[in-house]
Amino acid sequence: MKYSKVLNLSVVVLALSLGAVGCQPKPKSPTPILGRTGNPRGIGDTFGKETPVTQLPPDQNPTAGPGGEIPLQGRYNPDEMTPDHNRFAANTVYFDFDRATIKPSETGKIDEVVRYLQGSPTHAVQIEGHCDERGTEQYNLSLGERRALAVREYLVRAGVQAERAFTISYGESRPAVPGHNEAAWSKNRRGVFVLLTPK
Amino acid sequence: MKYPGSIRPLLFALASLAICLAPLPAQEQIDITHPGGSKRIPISLEGYTGEVLNVLTFDLEIQGFEVTGADKAQYFVSGSNNSDVTGRLADRVSKSTLLSVRYTGGTLRSEAHTLSDAIVEKITGRNGIARSKIAFKVETGQNSEIYVADYDGHNAKQVTQDHTITRDPAWVPARRVLYYTSYKAGNPDIYVHDLQSGTRRAFARYPGLNAGAAPSPDGRRVALVLSKGGSPDIYVCDADGSNLKPLTRTREAESSPCWSPDGRTICFSSRHEGKSALFVVSAEGGSMRRLSTGGALNCTEPDWSPDGKQIVFTRLAGDFEICVVPAGGGAMTPLVAGEDPAWAPNSRTVIFTRRVKGKRVVSLLDVPTKQIKDIQQTSGSCSQPCWAK
Repeated sequence: MKYSKVLNLSVVVLALSLGAVGCQPKPKSPTPILGRTGNPRGIGDTFGKETPVTQLPPDQNPTAGPGGEIPLQGRYNPDEMTPDHNRFAANTVYFDFDRATIKPSETGKIDEVVRYLQGSPTHAVQIEGHCDERGTEQYNLSLGERRALAVREYLVRAGVQAERAFTISYGESRPAVPGHNEAAWSKNRRGVFVLLTPK
Repeated sequence: MKYPGSIRPLLFALASLAICLAPLPAQEQIDITHPGGSKRIPISLEGYTGEVLNVLTFDLEIQGFEVTGADKAQYFVSGSNNSDVTGRLADRVSKSTLLSVRYTGGTLRSEAHTLSDAIVEKITGRNGIARSKIAFKVETGQNSEIYVADYDGHNAKQVTQDHTITRDPAWVPARRVLYYTSYKAGNPDIYVHDLQSGTRRAFARYPGLNAGAAPSPDGRRVALVLSKGGSPDIYVCDADGSNLKPLTRTREAESSPCWSPDGRTICFSSRHEGKSALFVVSAEGGSMRRLSTGGALNCTEPDWSPDGKQIVFTRLAGDFEICVVPAGGGAMTPLVAGEDPAWAPNSRTVIFTRRVKGKRVVSLLDVPTKQIKDIQQTSGSCSQPCWAK
């Protein structure tokens, strides 16, 4: 597999700066699924291999960057990394209702994570996206992912390699605070950093 | 407005075409609140007891009937449930026997469902739904598992034992196969699960979100939500996972794809214009177009009726509300409080979720008469219901 070593964080990867994102080459054949080999427990043969994606006109191509989307690269593999949920507990990013934009009040917390990752080049981070209960379930799953991706875009623009930032959405299914009022909701609309250390 | 039956399909085809061409106002007037009449048909049941009486009452009342005494009934059902279910259906006006049946070989429940389906079909000409199946999600604590059950929630069977978040079940039409999303491998991935053999395989495990799988009406393709491109977008691929292509490329989040019954169009929810709204796009690709929902805001979770005429969806207006809109867009009709609606095969009954005291329950709604009945709940919080078609 051409990209099979991307997850190996000792490999020097191309740093994506904001400028580099803007002039990224056209999409290559899409990133294959990385990580696990063989069959997961209790599951038959896997597929999901990808054939080349139909090219969209340049103005719709997210890698061209007007929207700022940065394609995901690789999957977080729990067999290769140990998660630490406490290291960045104070760095949780909060969002406004039904929004996935990073508020100015939250950027300092992300900058701390950026500095940590720049000082620890073998570490990676998983960004959890969460929602309050006031969206429908499938909508919240996509909104939670959009929030995690917004945090990831901030990290990558600040110089963290795209391959070191994974996202996962939990929608509304893992609230930080129980309750059905704004006090609870405002704590549940969040992006959470999980530090990943290679095993 | 009524059209002769023969030109209705043509008008509908024109309306469908209009979706692809321009955001025109609704081309076909569909009387959403009265397809087949909003008045409940009084029917009496004599000779039945216990479980069989309960089943017949539930089945008939959720399909447009009102079980009453014989003095008020327009139709009479008489029979017995001693070892087997028998039934005779008569009509007050003609006094003639419309149906006389005896069922053997099943459980009392299944025989009662078969009888109610026969009654519904005889009187209304519609297919009954009492023998159909549903799937849903059951939440216990932080985790959830997929279950399948009879349409009334009985005979529930647990499909997954992943001990993590498992969600978004969807049946492959005419097959005992489910797609769903499970976090079992540490990421939300889509699996396809054959209920007959009990085996499953990973279907989509791209980086990021893999969710919302919706098989096409012919089962040959799947619409899904992937975020591998850097934002949650709608994709479509073949049933073997090949020929994956994006249908949307927005920065904002898309969710909940569903198919038109002809397999040509996909309806979904997008935040593309700031607030969530319904959009349609050709399953072959092309530009996405907003579906007019008559001013309803925060619309998500569309589901296209099997007869192609209506789209049911959830809007957030203070609380969640189930609404319907003609498939070509236009004036929407709010129905009841609730979310995540899915059509039954009869294009009349909807299954949906209600939030009751912080818990979720799955309920059935007869759209024309607005009758609601909770299904038999599996212990836990039940949501994301979908119908086997």
